[in-house]
Formats: sequence, C-alpha cells, structure tokens
Amino acid sequence: MGQYVARRLLQAVLLLFILSIVMFALVNLAPGGPLAGHGQTRHVRAERVAILKRQFGLDKPLPTQYLIWLVGNDWMRVDLDGDGVPDEYGTRKGVIRGDFGFSFRTRNPVWVEISLRLPNTIYLMTITLLVALVIAIPVGILSAVKQYSTFDIAMTTFSFAGQAIPEFWLGLVLILIFYAWLKNPFTGEPLLPAGGMYSLGGEFSLQDRIVHLILPVTAGALGWIAWYSRFLRSSMLDVLHQDYLRTARAKGLDERRVVFIHGLRNALIPLVTMFALDVPYVITGAVFIETIFSWPGMGRLYYQSAMQRDYPVLMAILVISGALMILSNLLADLLYGFLDPRIRYD
Amino acid sequence: MTVTPQAGVAARSANLKVSPRSEGYVSMVWRRFRRHPGAIAGSIILTLIVLSLILVGFSPYDPDASNMAARLQPPSLAHPMGTDALGRDYLTRVLYGGRVSFSVGVMVVAITLLIGVNVGALTGYFRGWLDTVLMRLTDAFLTLPAFLILILLGAILREIELPIFERNNVVTIALVIGLLTWMTFARLTRAAILTLREMEYVTASQSLGASSFQVVFGHILPNMIGLLVVEATLELGYAIIEESGLSFLGFGIQPPTPSWGNLLSNASEHFVKHPWLAIFPGLMIFLTIISVNYIGDGLRDAFDPYKVLKKVGQV
Repeated sequence: MGQYVARRLLQAVLLLFILSIVMFALVNLAPGGPLAGHGQTRHVRAERVAILKRQFGLDKPLPTQYLIWLVGNDWMRVDLDGDGVPDEYGTRKGVIRGDFGFSFRTRNPVWVEISLRLPNTIYLMTITLLVALVIAIPVGILSAVKQYSTFDIAMTTFSFAGQAIPEFWLGLVLILIFYAWLKNPFTGEPLLPAGGMYSLGGEFSLQDRIVHLILPVTAGALGWIAWYSRFLRSSMLDVLHQDYLRTARAKGLDERRVVFIHGLRNALIPLVTMFALDVPYVITGAVFIETIFSWPGMGRLYYQSAMQRDYPVLMAILVISGALMILSNLLADLLYGFLDPRIRYD
Repeated sequence: MTVTPQAGVAARSANLKVSPRSEGYVSMVWRRFRRHPGAIAGSIILTLIVLSLILVGFSPYDPDASNMAARLQPPSLAHPMGTDALGRDYLTRVLYGGRVSFSVGVMVVAITLLIGVNVGALTGYFRGWLDTVLMRLTDAFLTLPAFLILILLGAILREIELPIFERNNVVTIALVIGLLTWMTFARLTRAAILTLREMEYVTASQSLGASSFQVVFGHILPNMIGLLVVEATLELGYAIIEESGLSFLGFGIQPPTPSWGNLLSNASEHFVKHPWLAIFPGLMIFLTIISVNYIGDGLRDAFDPYKVLKKVGQV
C-alpha cells in the first residue's frame, strides 16, 4: 500500500515535469513570443520591447527560460535595466520553491494574483457542489427505488436535458429571465443581480451575498445535479439487484433499512470516487460561470490571462490544476480501495 | 430403421437450411432501437436539423451581407429568428453556424476514432512494452486539464496564419479538440480487444495464417462496431459542446465565420434588449446535444455493446 502510493506519487511528479515542459513550449510557441501584444496594440516602440524582453529574461534561449521558471535565477546575474549588460543576481526562486514569477499584466507576483481570486472560487464552487449533491443524492435514490415510476421518468428526462444544456447558454437565459424580465414587485428593481459577488458600495449583508449566489450556483449546479443523480441511480440499481440485498430482505429487515443501510452505503462508493475526481474544480473554478456572472475567481483569471497573453499566470494555473487532477485521480483510486476492501493494489 | 451418424448430421444440416433464416444483425438492432421513444424523437429532431443545415444554401438571404436598414429586428415571418446587429437574417446565420459546428463535430469524431482505435488496437493486441508506453500516455492525457489547455491552444493558434491552420478555422479547432479527447476510444478498443482476442474465431483465423492486421481489422473490429458507434455518437455531441464553449469564449471559430458558440458570444453584448440573439443559437445546441444523447442511449440499448465486455469482466 505504502509502496503503491509512493510509486504513484513518483509517477505523478515525473508526469507533471513532462507536462510543464510541454506547456512551457506551447506557451512560447505564440508568434512573436509572449510580448507580441506589446508593440502592436499599445504602440510601444521596438526598442522599448527589446528592453522589456531583456528585463523579463525573454531574450534567452527557451531551455534557459524553462530552467529559470523551474529553479529560479538567483544563481545567475540578470539584466535589471534591460541595457544588455547583466547587473545583479536574480531574485526568482522558481516553481519548485513555490515562486511562479510575475504577471505580465499587473506586474504583481503570480501568487498575489492567485490568492486574490482563490477564496472567491472556493466559496462559489463549494456551495455549487454542495447544492448539487444535496439535490442529486435523494433524486438518484428515489429514481432507483421507484424505477420506471412517473418520478423516475421525469427525473431521467430532466437529467438528459440538464446534461445537454450548455452552461454558458443557461447562464445567459437565467440572466434574461431573472434580471431582465422579472422585476421585484415592491421596488421595480431586477429580481436578481446579473453578476458580481456583492453589491458595490454597500455594507456586508448576508442577504446580499446569497442573492448574488443564486444565479451562478443554479447555472453551475444543474449539469452536476443531472450527472450525479443519473450516476447514483444506475449504481443504486446495480446494488438493488445484488444477492446480499435479497438476503437482507429475507432476514425480515424493513425496506427503509434495506435501502439506506445495505443498499445506499454500497451504491455511494462509485459516487464518492467520482466526486473525488471533481474536487480540482473547487480550486480551478468554472470558466464559463465566472466569465458570464463577472465572478472574480480563478476561472475568470484564466480567461483574462488567455485574452491578454499573461503567460506566467496561465502557466501557474495550468500546473496547479494539472497537479490537482493527478492527485485527485490518486485520491479516487485510494478511496475506492478504502471503501471497497475487495480491491487490492499491486 | 437405423440411422447412421453421418446421415443424422446430413439431416440436421438439411434441416438448418430449410428453417427460417435467423434475424440479421442490422434488423435486430433496428428492432430494438425502435422501442426507445427518446431515440426515435432524437433521430427525428436531428434529421430535421441536418436537413435544414443542408437546405440553408437555398436561403434568400446572404449570411454575410449586412443590411443596416433592417438591423436588430425581432422575429417575424420574413425573419423567423429576427436579424442581428448588422441586419443579417439570423436564421440563415444560425444555420450556417450549424454547418460549422457540425463540421467540427464530425471531424473530431473521425480524428478521435483514428487515433483512439489505433492506439487501443496496438496496446490490446500486441501487449508488452508498447502496451505499457501507450497506456501510460493515455493515462497522462486523461489527467490533463483538457478545457484549460484547449483555451490556451485556441488563444495561441488564433494568432497563427498558416495555410491550413489559418486563424482557428474548422480544421484547426477539430484537430485541437480531437487531440485532447481520443482517450475514451483507446481504452474501449483496448478492453474489447483484450476480450475478443481470446475468442475461438480469432485463434482459428490466426492458425489459418492471417496477419495481425487482418485479424484486428478483419475479425476483431467488426465485432466491436456497436461499441464504437455508440461512443462516436456521444463524441459528436461532446465535440459540438466543446467547440461552442471555446468559440463562446472567443478562442474558437473566429467571426465573421459564424458558429453556434461565437453567435452566442456576439449576442451576449446586447442580449438583454434583443434576447432572440442569445436564445436561438443556444436552443440549437441544446436540441442537437439532447437528440444525440438520446440516440446514443437508444443505440446502446440496441447494440448492447457492453455485453461482450461484461461477460469476461473487463468493464
């Protein structure tokens, strides 16, 4: 077991290393390099771009740039004023020491940019996932227990629809209905705000926070509700046809005990591992939801960075989410073995 | 009267010949498919959508010519989906956008089938070190944050002016999506081949001297066609959603070429005043995806492709 985890972690580190090289190469494939945007749109003179390049270390060959990104530049002299002559030792510590460099867009350290957005994303995504689970689990159980009932058919149809609605369209339609069309009957204001985390300029109020959560959470949770409820329904149906459930009934247990204690516990195992695979989204956020509802989170940061070619930020988010995906896969495998002792690792 | 064993065999095989022909594979699949109401409804809607995408060539309106006198008109008889900010007939634009989205979808299916089936066949049939290397690669691709990488690639490639990959055209977007989503096909093909290669008819054809290529493509693949058809159907829907999402964010198909995603993205600027601009492209995506998913579900019931895998406990 310990050996298994150690081997998987070693593989994960190797995979991340290769991944980071590939992504670094991709990021720098863009014609004109990361600074192509400067000099065209902002009317910066060519000499100025050359100075910027030297200051950012972009004049060096790609492998050197990657090395600096990975381990930092405090072992070499860097050109601080961009005049082509190395001045002092660098201050960057590199990704392996937790330094992702500086954002091209804001000139802030990447960690500052991320730490400004991360809490907002965790806040939105935790609530979205919780809402999804709280609705999907009872729906899934009831659908399976009452297979082919009106409720089951309605929920299966809903689940098909929920999985087919594009998140970004749902967001727009919700804004249309609850912001543009429906008005608060007392004030005549839009019923729900179209975006943001809270009303600007106002005092903190719980009600204001909740009102701002309703639309993004609904748009984000619907697909997950559809997917989780359908998933639980089918794993519950598998379990309900097992011999040990017949045994439990034959012992004379009442149906509720059979379904919830003997059935549900086993049916939840695949759902838990499925859920573990979705945990990275709590950190990386939802690009569509955050973009549509102007939510200042990680997904929107990624979108803005891609728009403005802020490559250090893009690299950081890619590496972090890559690492999280690998870890959550490992976590899902371990959880599965922990919850189902029949599984053995080798 | 005594019957020699040989006569018995002859009688039985004669008997076989006169017995009514057993039901063919295709008609069995069709019979089961018809029983699925969702799949039938999905087939009808999808057929209508595809037909209208073909027939939009006869539309009286030019999808690109602007007509400022008729800008931003709400839906009417002359313009069933209204007009956009440049006065172009929106129905025509939406259907031309559908052509683009569907082309991307079909190309992605072709690309993922090509990569996935070959990787899966190589790993499943030959095993050994090739299996290890290719399956590690498949696992690695499965742990990629696919959509974030899609955004990055879209953002980079939309600057590039190469003859074939000019500014995120259909081929570019299809290739990028395909390269990130072939893994399901690889895993399914591998699992199916691991099962099927142990079958007697495979051993038989091997002993008759068939080459590996003949065995895999002549004997094994035809027996997993149901599995591939079901997955290909679902992949079509998945690819259309990915393309729309990417184009919605601005990293996919670039205007003025319409696609369902970038029509929605253009609409999001003034959709509160002109809601039809946002409603119709999204509705088309929704109808396409739900039809495709229902058809996939019906095909899964009809082919029962997992039967072969379940028997040996591969899935």
